[in-house]
Amino acid sequence: MLEIKDLHATVEGSEILKGITLTINPGEVHAIMGPNGAGKSTLSAVLAGRDGYEVTQGTITFDGKDLMEMEVEERAQAGLLMGFQYPVEIPGVKNIYLLKSALNAQRAAQGLEEMPAPEFMKLIKEKIGFMKMDSSFLHRAVNEGFSGGEKKRNEILQMLVLQPKLALLDEIDSGLDIDAMKVVADGVNSLRDENRAILMVTHYQRLLDHITPDQVHVLIDGRIAKSGDRHLAEELEARGYEWVVEEPAA
Amino acid sequence: MSLPETLMKRLHAAPAGEPEWLTEKRRAGASYFETVGFPTRRDEAWKYTDMSRFSDLEFGQADNAELDQASYDALKLDIDACRLVFVDGLFNAELSDLDSMPEGVAITPLSQALKSDQPAVSEQLGHLTGIDFSAFSALNTALTGEGAIVTIGKRQAVEKPIYLLFISRNNAAPVMSHPRILVNCDTESEATLIEHYAGEQGAANLTNVVTEIEMAPASRLSHYKLQEASQSEYHVASIQVDQKRDTNFISHNLNLGGAVVRNDLVSDLNDENATVDLLGLFFGQDRQHIDNHTKVNHNAPRTYSNENYKGILDGRARGVFNGRVYIKRDAQQVLGYQNNANLLLSDRAEIDTKPELEIYADDVQCSHGTTTGQLDENAIFALRARGIDEQMARGLLTLAFANEVMERIHHRVLTDRVERAVAGKLPDRFNLESLVEDTSL
Repeated sequence: MLEIKDLHATVEGSEILKGITLTINPGEVHAIMGPNGAGKSTLSAVLAGRDGYEVTQGTITFDGKDLMEMEVEERAQAGLLMGFQYPVEIPGVKNIYLLKSALNAQRAAQGLEEMPAPEFMKLIKEKIGFMKMDSSFLHRAVNEGFSGGEKKRNEILQMLVLQPKLALLDEIDSGLDIDAMKVVADGVNSLRDENRAILMVTHYQRLLDHITPDQVHVLIDGRIAKSGDRHLAEELEARGYEWVVEEPAA
Repeated sequence: MSLPETLMKRLHAAPAGEPEWLTEKRRAGASYFETVGFPTRRDEAWKYTDMSRFSDLEFGQADNAELDQASYDALKLDIDACRLVFVDGLFNAELSDLDSMPEGVAITPLSQALKSDQPAVSEQLGHLTGIDFSAFSALNTALTGEGAIVTIGKRQAVEKPIYLLFISRNNAAPVMSHPRILVNCDTESEATLIEHYAGEQGAANLTNVVTEIEMAPASRLSHYKLQEASQSEYHVASIQVDQKRDTNFISHNLNLGGAVVRNDLVSDLNDENATVDLLGLFFGQDRQHIDNHTKVNHNAPRTYSNENYKGILDGRARGVFNGRVYIKRDAQQVLGYQNNANLLLSDRAEIDTKPELEIYADDVQCSHGTTTGQLDENAIFALRARGIDEQMARGLLTLAFANEVMERIHHRVLTDRVERAVAGKLPDRFNLESLVEDTSL
């Protein structure tokens, strides 16, 4: 589904990603871990299509298409959706408008009609119930005045409505208390099925207690230094990242 | 200055059978107006809005208040309210609803109040504006005959809004009307007043309204002025508010229609702890011209004002914002904030914005800001990252820009009406048409 080959990327002239190769197949859940400054956020930003990141070498293919040729909105419409570490507050834009226009943009890209209003509202009601959110929030502005936990719930709510093929979760656990973590993890786990994949970028093993990955990759200095199963995360938690650097890359 | 002959005639033909005090006021208004004439761009206060064109226009007078039911249904707000309806300035009793008047409120069409020569009218008419508030208010004094007199009784909290609807018809020959609204809020009263100006498509009349609001101590008034006249209508409004101790006046000045629109809004904070909030939204497209002049006079210590006006201009529309905050000598510990933000959606749209602070006290906090602007690029990215294309993201943020002014409006009928109107007026490229249909759970 997602194929990253020898990806090099620079930010303001300095090379941050130095040759990442990673393949994610449908049904799989991957976690990328690593110390600060290893390039985790840069990788997320490049996949999301943020300005200011230049890919200098390598390829990214999503569902057979060259991701670098796709606009930000085309990526989302095609099913690659990003859950942000710091969701943006958008004063004056109601959550309901964001959800409605995003869903209809995706449907338009698939050649479908807009979803009729009653059907849409039924869908939304079900999903906000699942995320244990109050329906009044739909008429509030996107993330405005939300707590850290509410913002993350809102990110996952958008995923539940838009049903991405590949969900990218960038430090989705940061700022969450235990209860919010559980709701967010339940939301992410409900997306898991054989046709969908999830890529989590995280600093801490804690998230992986709630969302079990199939594969864990350690990103150090712009390269994947080691890959393994979920036990690798536990080992990192116990031993830190130092030992990975010292061993030869897998 | 030459004035149209029909207007000159009308200025000198005082209606028969009127109380003497009114005839005198009319004469004074007529004489002031004849001296100054319609404002030209040489007048500083009219620098950006040329009204001399009125000297070349002929306006008749409506002789009936009939209205198509379909027009009425399409234009009115569906709001549970005490309602007075005026058509081209004339009172329409059938469309009005004064039967279910809540306790503590008296609303009378001005014509009726004049007929019975209520003493309150002679006291209030012109009490705040005087004769020389502006050429237009003087013209109103000279020619008014209809409007409303609204009295909120002592300690009455009136929940039902008072709704004054002014509809302009698409007449074969344009007419002018000069409604006068006199509002008296007695001590510790609380009420909501909605002035709504709407018009049939193609209506090209001149509505020249004057509103005088007197607020006794500790009274509160939410004032809505929703102006959605046709794009060929001329609309001039003069609003003067007198605020005593502990009063609270909130003005929502919402302007979506009109060919040439001018609002003059003046609040006098005359005693301690009087507070005024001035919130404004204007949206212009094609060749619309919308001019808002506001003035807050802090005449007493510990008085507070907060102003936020937002404008969106498309096509070749032109907007003017002139906000003046005056703080009298020794009016200490005053807070006065003012902000004006504008979005231009086309290269040919234009905004002239001018904040003016005039401060003669030293222990005050004042600020003003004005931006003409840019949308938040981070927000655009966040919306695109959900699959929304860039144009629509910009549309959503433009609508959001307007919505922010409406956050303090607690009547869904009004916010929905304005939001839909704005969404409908935004350029097609934003593709927002189907977005704002019913999304209530």
